[in-house]
Amino acid sequence: MAAVISTAGLARTFQTKAGPVDAVRGIDLTVREGEILGFLGPNGAGKTTTLRMLTTLLKPTGGAATVAGHDLAADPAGVRRASGYVAQSGGVDPQITVREELVTQGRLYRLPKTEAVARAGELARELDLTDLLDRRTGALSGGQRRRLDIAMALTHRPKVLFLDEPTTGLDPGSRADLWDLVRRLRDEHGTTVVLTTHYLDEADALADRLVIVDRGTVAAEGAPGALKLTYGGSIDASLQDTFLAVTGRGPAPADSAPVAV
Amino acid sequence: MLLHDTALIYGRYLRQSLRSRFALLFGVLTPLLYLLFFGPLLTGLPLGGQGSSWQVLVPGLLLQLGLFGALFAGFTVILEKGQGVVERMRVTPVSRLALLLGRVLRDATVFVFQAVLLVLAALVMGLRAPLAGVLIGFAFVALLTLSLASLSYALGMKVRTPQEFGPLINMVSMPSMLLSGLMLPMTLAPAWLDVLSHFVPFRYLVDAVRDAYVGEYTSAHMLYGVLAAVGFTALSVTAGTRVFRTTGA
Repeated sequence: MAAVISTAGLARTFQTKAGPVDAVRGIDLTVREGEILGFLGPNGAGKTTTLRMLTTLLKPTGGAATVAGHDLAADPAGVRRASGYVAQSGGVDPQITVREELVTQGRLYRLPKTEAVARAGELARELDLTDLLDRRTGALSGGQRRRLDIAMALTHRPKVLFLDEPTTGLDPGSRADLWDLVRRLRDEHGTTVVLTTHYLDEADALADRLVIVDRGTVAAEGAPGALKLTYGGSIDASLQDTFLAVTGRGPAPADSAPVAV
Repeated sequence: MLLHDTALIYGRYLRQSLRSRFALLFGVLTPLLYLLFFGPLLTGLPLGGQGSSWQVLVPGLLLQLGLFGALFAGFTVILEKGQGVVERMRVTPVSRLALLLGRVLRDATVFVFQAVLLVLAALVMGLRAPLAGVLIGFAFVALLTLSLASLSYALGMKVRTPQEFGPLINMVSMPSMLLSGLMLPMTLAPAWLDVLSHFVPFRYLVDAVRDAYVGEYTSAHMLYGVLAAVGFTALSVTAGTRVFRTTGA
């Protein structure tokens, strides 16, 4: 299948008072159309910085990338039209109703008023928010909030959806619902989904392919099973051990390791 | 597209202002207190110039309203960054300039509304001034708000925490108020202070509005005031636009 995202040497250096910090040192990445890609790595590995570059929020200081056929540097507007992004913090005003946020989002994507209203209703039905439309977003539960964040990012039917730690802080039921939602998006709309997570069970269950970043570069990539075989020693190895082997942080004591890293 | 996006952002933030009616009125409280408890002290004093003491004080209070209100406008953008609202909008095709213009036009609307309330109260206290002069005063409030709010939002995009923002703004606002002669005209000041105040752009604005309030529409003060206000607005909005275009906040 065709590549919908490809990056070569994508890098970002931040200038700080203590000198330059290389948050991302050079990421080479290919994501195929319709793929669910799990982006793993320790805190500070450069996951969020990479996502923010791919969504045009942050200018790369090196390398190049294309998203859905649009060059990141030359055509950021094209990249914005083709992709949706849900930040870790979400992005809705707690004082505003679900309906107003959804309609405003449609208008930000330049839909005429009536179409924006219709699209808001459609998204609400698709993400099970219809009964919540007149509620202030601040009054939603964690799982409802996440569904709204994702609905906002789907307003313009993007080819690529970037989710930054979408299930952090959700209860197990809401997490399972969110996994179903991500799979449905791919199956029904062919949406490519790139998501970061610290939950290895989530990566294992949801992602077709994993990319493990460490210290700003890709340390390993492949299907979960293949990674386990290569780095964990056997197809039956836990993703936990595989992860620790790749990032050089292990081996962890057998029973004390948390599921989330 | 710029017009469409600006109207959209303006509407969003104006509705936000209308939702908190208390905040809408609260801004006018400080200048109102000056009007009630400081204004009467000036009625018998020789302030120089023409007209009553109200024609000297009210223009100063109008600009004080704009100065303090607009300088703190950027505070909200720090909160919005925390909520992720800023980034969520920046990944859409929305015009970056509209994200700034919609906000500052909302602020201009709110502060002109507060200025109208203040002038109404001043009329009760004894202010008499020509209507054209009063309207010119509102125009200066609008320009001052546009420029200072632009700078304030730009700063809000740059800093990470409210704790960095407050002290910086205070460092600007208090000296600006004192050095531009908002409370009492600088013509009363010793020469060194008078000279110093000419380096503060707001000095020219308040002199112009004071002239407008006594019906002097073609004075040198008015010319300098218009030049200072328009020039400062152009500079500030340009600076704000640059930050909104480039900051990956």
